[in-house]
Amino acid sequence: METINIDILFKIAGIGIFISVLNIVLKQADKEEQAQMLTLVGVVIVLLMVIQLISQLFNSIRTIFNIY
Amino acid sequence: MGIIQIAALGLLTAAFIIFLKETRPEMAVILSLALGILIFLSLLTYISDILRALEELTLKADVNIVYLNTLLRIMGIAYIAEFSAQICRDAGEGATASKIEFAGKVFILVLALPLIMVVLETIMGLIP
Repeated sequence: METINIDILFKIAGIGIFISVLNIVLKQADKEEQAQMLTLVGVVIVLLMVIQLISQLFNSIRTIFNIY
Repeated sequence: MGIIQIAALGLLTAAFIIFLKETRPEMAVILSLALGILIFLSLLTYISDILRALEELTLKADVNIVYLNTLLRIMGIAYIAEFSAQICRDAGEGATASKIEFAGKVFILVLALPLIMVVLETIMGLIP
């Protein structure tokens, strides 16, 4: 079994903080729609990272508990 | 990971989640989801050890292995349903969470139905 990678938690937290800071900057510069796009892109990136984790979790539950 | 590491990780992530909840609530939800998954994945080896011991016990007690398999499957479905429902409820989607729990209950009932039938038939056989 592969080792658990905790880095992903810090990556998600970092991306979240980074995007909220950039959002504030863009809002101050009157670029509302670009701030919106930035939020969307951030969510998509984080979701892509988490989706692999979710599939790993479901696969391991499926093998452990004999669900086909 | 031991219990100390898991507790420390949980506290740290809770701090991050509280910070993110005000500005980016969607990131906070995803972060708590990732934390839950990581904790479960780190517990995986222990859980499979327990399950293997249960299997051995079942074989020793000469109980049909099908019953244990059904039990395990029900446990897995209950865990998945509960996990996703909790995440949805955390995100403020109580209605979605209730639907997931309902689906879990239906699947559990479907799996338990053959066992209920066996019990009922045994009882019917006892009654003359």
